[in-house]
Amino acid sequence: MSDFDFLFTAWMVVWAVFFVYEISVAKRIGHVREEIDRLKDQLNSQKA
Amino acid sequence: MKARIPITLLVAALVFFGGFAGLFIAPDEATMHEIQRIFYFHVPLWTAMTLALSISCFSCIAWLVSRRATFDLLAVAGAEVGVLCCTGGLITGMLWGKPVWGIWWTWDARLTSTFVLWLLYISYLLLRELIEDPHRRATLSAVFGVFAYLDLPIVLLSTTLWRTQHPQPVLFGGPKSINHTMLMVFLLCMVAIVGVMILILIDRYRLERLRFELDELRVEIESREMDAQQLPAKQAVPGKELPAKGTA
Repeated sequence: MSDFDFLFTAWMVVWAVFFVYEISVAKRIGHVREEIDRLKDQLNSQKA
Repeated sequence: MKARIPITLLVAALVFFGGFAGLFIAPDEATMHEIQRIFYFHVPLWTAMTLALSISCFSCIAWLVSRRATFDLLAVAGAEVGVLCCTGGLITGMLWGKPVWGIWWTWDARLTSTFVLWLLYISYLLLRELIEDPHRRATLSAVFGVFAYLDLPIVLLSTTLWRTQHPQPVLFGGPKSINHTMLMVFLLCMVAIVGVMILILIDRYRLERLRFELDELRVEIESREMDAQQLPAKQAVPGKELPAKGTA
């Protein structure tokens, strides 16, 4: 591997790590929001 | 929330210009040449990590003092984002080490203390997964979080306290000076990566906040269900209970 290959790999790794992590956080937020909505509906039906 | 989009666009622009400047505008370093450009995102990753772990440690102490849930949530968010930056820093460091030193890794003071820091914060995150009771989890992990943070000054001072293979600092009081253009590009990259870290930290904190809300909802539903089960038993007239199976 040339120096440029190492540089390019490092550059890609940094942004891939951030990007994959951000996607995973966004997905987890989506799942938790869905669960909160479901439980709120359940709570409202219990109150009714 | 309204400011989120312009701030994200600003950080994206900083990342773009920082990356462009790091790769094409900054002058070539005399001994390492092209590979030295890893410096423009390797060092800012450590700065971002230091900031994230400091937020986590401050939040751990604040939780122990005030017992406010917000601090516990911020502590875990800071720790996880800190681990993320540390992982990026370790990987870019290895990718720099191979062409410059000829090896991916060496057990010198800087690298070893950093690896220990990474392990400590991975343990912190695992510890949180293992404890069910939220109050106990917050307290124990806060104490462990403060303990883990004690390794950070050792990491920062390792190159001056011991003889290491890792390069000596060229910024903030280091023995060597840095070219003005290199310094400007470095600062631009630093602001860009710290900006990315802060945006991710805000999202991670939001996730933890939602999880907290979810747990509260679950507790409320459970208590309502228990009340609903106890209510018919209270309303039933003593002596009129249904007979147990086989006694009728």
